[in-house]
Parts: sequence; structure tokens; C-alpha cells
Amino acid sequence: MEKNTSQALRTLLAAIREKGMALVFLLAALVSILCVGLICVFLFANGIPAIREIGVPEFLLGRTWKPGNDIYGIFPMIVGSVYVTGGALLLGVPIALLTAVYLAYFCPDGLYRLLKPAVELLAGIPSVVYGFFGIVVLVPFVRTISEPLDGKGNSIATASILLAIMILPTIIGVVEPALRAVPRSYYEGALALGATHERSVYTAVVPAAGSGILAGIVLGVGRAMGETMAVIMVAGNQARMPKGIFQGIRTLTGNIVIEMGYAAGLHREALIATGVVLFAFILIINLAFSALKRRDAA
Amino acid sequence: MSNTFTVKDMNLWYGDFHALKDVSLDIPGGQITALIGPSGCGKSTFLRSLNRMNDLVQGCRITGDIRLCGEDIYGGMDVNLLRKRVGMVFQKPNPFPMSVYDNIAYGPRTHGIRKRAQLDEIVERSLRDAAIWDEVKDRLNRSALGLSGGQQQRLCIARALAAQPEVILMDEPTSALDPISTGRIEDLALDLKNDYTIVMVTHNMQQAARISDRTVFFLLGEVIESGETEQIFSLPKDSRTEAYVTGRFG
Ligand SMILES: Nc1ncnc2c1ncn2[C@@H]1O[C@H](COP(=O)(O)OP(=O)(O)O)[C@@H](O)[C@H]1O
Ligand SMILES: [Mg+2]
Repeated sequence: MEKNTSQALRTLLAAIREKGMALVFLLAALVSILCVGLICVFLFANGIPAIREIGVPEFLLGRTWKPGNDIYGIFPMIVGSVYVTGGALLLGVPIALLTAVYLAYFCPDGLYRLLKPAVELLAGIPSVVYGFFGIVVLVPFVRTISEPLDGKGNSIATASILLAIMILPTIIGVVEPALRAVPRSYYEGALALGATHERSVYTAVVPAAGSGILAGIVLGVGRAMGETMAVIMVAGNQARMPKGIFQGIRTLTGNIVIEMGYAAGLHREALIATGVVLFAFILIINLAFSALKRRDAA
Repeated sequence: MSNTFTVKDMNLWYGDFHALKDVSLDIPGGQITALIGPSGCGKSTFLRSLNRMNDLVQGCRITGDIRLCGEDIYGGMDVNLLRKRVGMVFQKPNPFPMSVYDNIAYGPRTHGIRKRAQLDEIVERSLRDAAIWDEVKDRLNRSALGLSGGQQQRLCIARALAAQPEVILMDEPTSALDPISTGRIEDLALDLKNDYTIVMVTHNMQQAARISDRTVFFLLGEVIESGETEQIFSLPKDSRTEAYVTGRFG
């Protein structure tokens, strides 16, 4: 009788412990959801009224940003962010994809042990250090090569090159495992048809890693769009419509950081609203990505 | 009929493991040769030596002499050309994750055929020869992964045919399939042997008896006996062969 009770007690305790652990995990998961939720609430509560006050078209499409005169058009910054991100992708994606393919399918073991940590290290460098590298190396370089075009060192081109370098480890880090995860039977099937190693990799393995490659690129877009410090250090930051790739530009992130320190009132809210737009961009990219992935799976 | 493959004193090691021992064997053209034997006796290893897929295995070492129509395949022969001439169908159907059309066109494109009309013709002929044309002709541009397992395997056979090989190696091509699909593949193999030399690994004794002209019995890396299928199954010379084909071990 007594034995039965103690056993029942023990099962009860075990059940409670199990439920308790499940609860801990649930709470941990809730913390991240809560954070996203709070950020949304903060952004929208502060940003939306400002957008309403300024006017949606005036805010999003206005080409003049003059807080002193209460004119808040962020179109130049939207264009700026799109340009530097596009430039970074144009330069960075091909290099990143080729590197990932090389690492996964061509690299000798000895070299891999050197290359892989190097790429990982690239991801760990603080962005201010990238910015410093940009100022010391890239800015003079771009100034020199764009001299005949009356170009500036602090420009779209410079920011694009710098961001291209910064998104390399992000994309490689996602794409290389995706390539390795492609079933070996595809590779062998191609070889068995008489394809060379190169052809098998590029025409059978790489297409099979399509959604992983897409995921890497989307992460890269997010990283490029959200990068702030390094871009501010090399982009010139003029809040006006870009006049060419060798001219200065200000990005959405740059706009917020540069002015937030002293902004008050509607100016401050307009900066938060800039954050809303940035947030919306990232959201759209992520949604587009999951839509593509769903289509891929179907 | 002349021999397609002649194998002499072949030995194969995976590292220190001696996987094939003194294998000497002739594989005649225009016939189906079945490789039988218990699991792990080296059937797949032998098959994959014929198109040099073992080159991919690190630490794999081969000695001896394997000739395709008199040419030493481990000598100066271009391995990609060898694999074009000696096609392979794998145990688990492995269509590429692309359209039916692109799957079939993969081999011809690899070997330099670019003209659309010519590709169209090869795709249709290969699919017809693999007896799957009627099932896929309306969905050539849809993913091959949407086909059933049996259809996928016939697609893989069509894909191998499209590269215009002389020999087709099949490694237990029906072991992952239901009986009806298996029957279709067997009929197909019988059809194809008029134009191709077929070497098929099979686990299934009845299958070997039903479709093959010659049978080779492997045991622990050695060829115990090879000969006409009828003879192997009715009058085996070696007692181990008899024990295996009558199902007393293996
Ligand atoms: N890549 C490999 N590395 C090491 N040993 C292997 C490898 N592939 C096969 N073997 C070994 O070689 C023997 C023959 O294998 P296999 O040819 O696959 O046999 P079967 O196809 O007759 O079942 C087995 O003992 C197996 O463990
Ligand atoms: Mg096998």
C-alpha cells in the first residue's frame, strides 16, 4: 500500500518536472516573440503618427530632407539604401557563391582548414573595423580610379564594395552547408552520365541547392540593408538624391544614427518613422523569400 | 556474340579490406548478365568498377585488367567517355530535381548536343524506349520528382539511354519498387538487351532466373561460378552455388 503511494508520488513528480521543463522552453520561446512584438509596438506607435502628420507621399516620395525647415522626405535615403544594397549584391553574390562552391566541392583539405576559419573570421570583425578599412583603403582607391569622372572617395561605389565584403561570410555561411546537404546521388548520377566533376557540380548539385542559395542571398540583403556604422564611415551621407555611383549618398540607417543624437519633436519621430520603413523593407524581403521557398517546395 | 567486358585477375581493396579477389570474367554483348550473391559479397563493388565509379572512393585500389571491347578502361581511356559508353542505373531512383525533359537531356547536353530539335528527338526516343513516354509526354516540363518510384526508375533508365551508351549497369534497380513496377522494369530490360549489353545486380533469385542469359555468383569477394543462367540454376557445378540458388543460405 505504502509502496504504491510512493510510486504514484514519484510518477507525479516526474510528470511535473517534465511539464515544468516544457514550460521553461515555452517561456524562452515567448521572450523572443515578446521582443519582436515590443519592437513593433514601439516603432509603429512612434513612427506612424509622424508619417500621418508629414503625409505618406510627402514622407516616402519627398526628395528633400530639411529638418530645420520641417521638411521630411526620405526618398533619397530609400534610393541610397537600395543602391548600396544592390551594388553590394552585384559584387558580393557571385564571389560568395563561387567561394561556397569551391569550399564545398573543390577545395583540398589542407587549404580548407585555412580558408574556412578565414571566412568565419570575416564574419566576426566588428563593423567599425570594416569602416576603418574602408576609410583607409577603399576611399582613396575609389577616389583615384574615379578621378576622371570627378568622383568622390566617399560614395555609393565605396559603400557597395565594403558591404560586398561584409556580406560574403553571411552568404557563404548559409550556402556552403546547403551545397553539402545536396544528396550525393545527384552528383553520382551526373558523373555516371559522363559529366566531368565541374559539370556535375555546376549543373546537378548547385541547382539542387537553389533554396539554400536563395536563403543565403536574402540574409545578405538583410545584412547589407541593416548595416550602419561601416556605411556611414564611407558613404558621404549627403541627404540628397544620388548623382552617380561615385557620389555620396545617405542610407536609411545612416539617417537615423546621424541625427538621432540631437533630434526632438517631429524630427525625432520622423527618424523613428525611417526605422519603420527599414523594418518594412526587411519584412517584405523575408516574406518574398518564404513565398519563393514555398513555391520551390511545391 | 563477342565479349563486351573482359576482366582478368582483378583485385580490389578498400584500404586494407580485400573486397574483390582474383575476379576473372567475360561479359558477352547483347545479353543480360545477372550478378547474384549474398549481401556484402562485392556485387556493387564489381559493377561500379566497370564504369570506374569506385574512383570516387578514397583508398580504393584496383589491380588487374578490365577491358571494354578490348580497350583497357583503367589505362589511357578518358573516364568521362567511358561513363558515356557505360551507363548506370542506381538502386535508389535518383532523378535530378529538374524537369523530366531536362533530366533526359542532361546526358546529350553533356556530350555537346545543343540543338533543340535534336534534343527533342532524343528525349522522345529515350522515353519511348524506356516505356514511359505515354505517362510523361504531357508533363515533360514538370519536375521529375513528382513521379512515382517506378516511373522515376524508368525515367532514370531513359536518362541513361539518352546518353547513347553501349552498356547499361543496373544495381538492384527494382529493390525499392513494388511488384508491378518491378515487372515493368524486367520487361524493359528484356526489350533493351537487343540493343544494349546489360549487367544487373539482383538480390532476387527469381528475377535472375526470369530475365538473365548468364549468371555470375559472388561469395565473399570471389566469383564462385559463372555460366548460362539455366545451367547455374538447374545444374550448378559448385555446391555453394547450389546452396545459394536453392535458398539454403544467403
Ligand atoms: N566505400 C567503401 N569503403 C569501404 N568498404 C566498402 C565500401 N563499399 C563497400 N565496402 C565493403 O565491401 C564489401 C562489398 O560491398 P558491396 O560491393 O556493396 O556488396 P554487395 O553489393 O554485394 O552487397 C562489403 O563488405 C562492404 O562493407
Ligand atoms: Mg549492393
